[in-house]
Amino acid sequence: MLGDERDEVCVLAPTGTLGYGFNMADFVRCADEYAPSVIAVDAGSTDPGPYYLGAGVSFTSKIEIEHELEIIIGTALRLGVPVIVGSSGGAGADAHLAWTKDIVLDLADRLGWTFNLATISSELSAEYVLEKLKLGEVITFESDVALTADAVAGSRRIVAQMGPEPIVAALQSGAQVILAGRSCDDALFAAYPILRGFDRGLATHMGKILECGAIACEPQAMDVMVGILRQDHFDLVPGSATRRCTVTSVAAHSLYEREDPVLQPGPGGAIDLSETSLTQLSPNTVRVHGTTWIPTRAYTVKMEGVTQTGYRTISLAGIRCPSMIYELNYVLDEVRRRTEAYFEEMGIHASTYQLLYRIYGRDGVMRELEPVRNALPHEIGLVMEVVAASQELSQAICHHLSGALLHVDYPGQFNDAGNLAFPYSPSEIAMGAVYEFSIYHLLHLSDPAEPFRTQLESIHP
Amino acid sequence: MIDRAPASQTTHEVPSYPLRELAKVIRSKNAKPYRLTLDILFERKDIFDFVTKSPALTAATVARAYGLPEGAITSTFVFEPGLAIKFTLRRPWVQGSFGETDMYGAQQHVPLLDILIPWTGGPSVRTAD
Repeated sequence: MLGDERDEVCVLAPTGTLGYGFNMADFVRCADEYAPSVIAVDAGSTDPGPYYLGAGVSFTSKIEIEHELEIIIGTALRLGVPVIVGSSGGAGADAHLAWTKDIVLDLADRLGWTFNLATISSELSAEYVLEKLKLGEVITFESDVALTADAVAGSRRIVAQMGPEPIVAALQSGAQVILAGRSCDDALFAAYPILRGFDRGLATHMGKILECGAIACEPQAMDVMVGILRQDHFDLVPGSATRRCTVTSVAAHSLYEREDPVLQPGPGGAIDLSETSLTQLSPNTVRVHGTTWIPTRAYTVKMEGVTQTGYRTISLAGIRCPSMIYELNYVLDEVRRRTEAYFEEMGIHASTYQLLYRIYGRDGVMRELEPVRNALPHEIGLVMEVVAASQELSQAICHHLSGALLHVDYPGQFNDAGNLAFPYSPSEIAMGAVYEFSIYHLLHLSDPAEPFRTQLESIHP
Repeated sequence: MIDRAPASQTTHEVPSYPLRELAKVIRSKNAKPYRLTLDILFERKDIFDFVTKSPALTAATVARAYGLPEGAITSTFVFEPGLAIKFTLRRPWVQGSFGETDMYGAQQHVPLLDILIPWTGGPSVRTAD
């Protein structure tokens, strides 16, 4: 399988997102069989929502990450090849990076590992972003809302997605384990091939596929995937004998989670798939030719920031009585009105908190996009939700709401003993701080490494 | 709830098929926090070619299926290597904002399933007939 070491680079991806699992036996087998030059894994995404960046916590658990990093880093150190973790801790801010580093140091301590560690911070200070804003180096794109100084000052945490350059630099300085903050997921996989002089377009395209693990396979999964990059093509091989990479599965993956399947922009340029050709090399292997790199004059990275909007409390209840379901709109409006009046008496105006009913069984999933209207379900799942300035206040409003709804009377009521079926005691659940995206803008950099700070250290027992 | 009246329509002899009977995969997903992207993937090239040219599946008809103005659709791509048609729309609300119902945007594909495609493409549209 392996040719001249100088002519190809093999990249091993254990899974699509660190903490979501993979077949560890296949991973170890692929590591031994393919002797990869580098192992890389993406740990992050904005898909789980703005909370994790705001709260500084991971959307995965320590137990999962520790379990998976033990085998991934352990294998890389055994093979003597570098391992790169991107968007460490999920959202990739300094708190997430420190959390991941602690897990790695605990593992190193327990297992007696010796290695050079690089951590690359991608958190931006508000001062830095304000300065860039003043210089006109912040660019509005998909949000359609220009960034303001107030939005920057009100953001809890801000990160930027690094391109491959800071990772390439860390590899050059001899790092064996690289924990990167927020990163472009393809850059993790492209960095080593770029360092070795391979084509940036092909390396980035291969990275975009490998970062999802075996999602580009049939059947798809968070699982092991191997990419072998040569001068003018790369090969994709699933790690599991139960999966196949097919021309269709790889082509379909070009559409996944992005708007434009053909021109896919990133820091410093875009990959162009208009001349890409896919060949079925063997029943499970696809060869990719023709993807090109179109450099842009300006080097931009994507910034993400979140702001706290309050504290959330929810209450969950089921509704089964047909008379209640029939009068649901009236009842919910009435109870909202009574709750707002109760707190108004204390000087707490309805405009200072947010109150929401989610009606599962009606439009709980699609909201205003729901095409099925006026159907009368036999059962409703109701979520009562309040976001207010403090946890205590949101809890009080949510409790008042659920209590009033439990006992309100309405026309045609059969059952006057209680309108809601609560599955839980306590009936209100404190959800903690609530965040929303406040920054999703491009940042122009004069140097690809400009805001990213790398720390190197030597770890030994 | 998803199932509606069967497909066949009354426009003389031209049968219509809902997209769910023509496509292999119909899916929705966030394309970052401000976009929702809809992918329709086909198994058969002839069906893909036919649907690609059908006036029943355009930015306008997709917008209508979602009750949105056509301007909400930010792009349409026909991606031949993947036998896929892709529509992207401005997310009707920003991902994770108050009232979010679908953090990953993964359950917003349903209105596509029932878009009716008048079929003049050949004797059979079913792969497994």
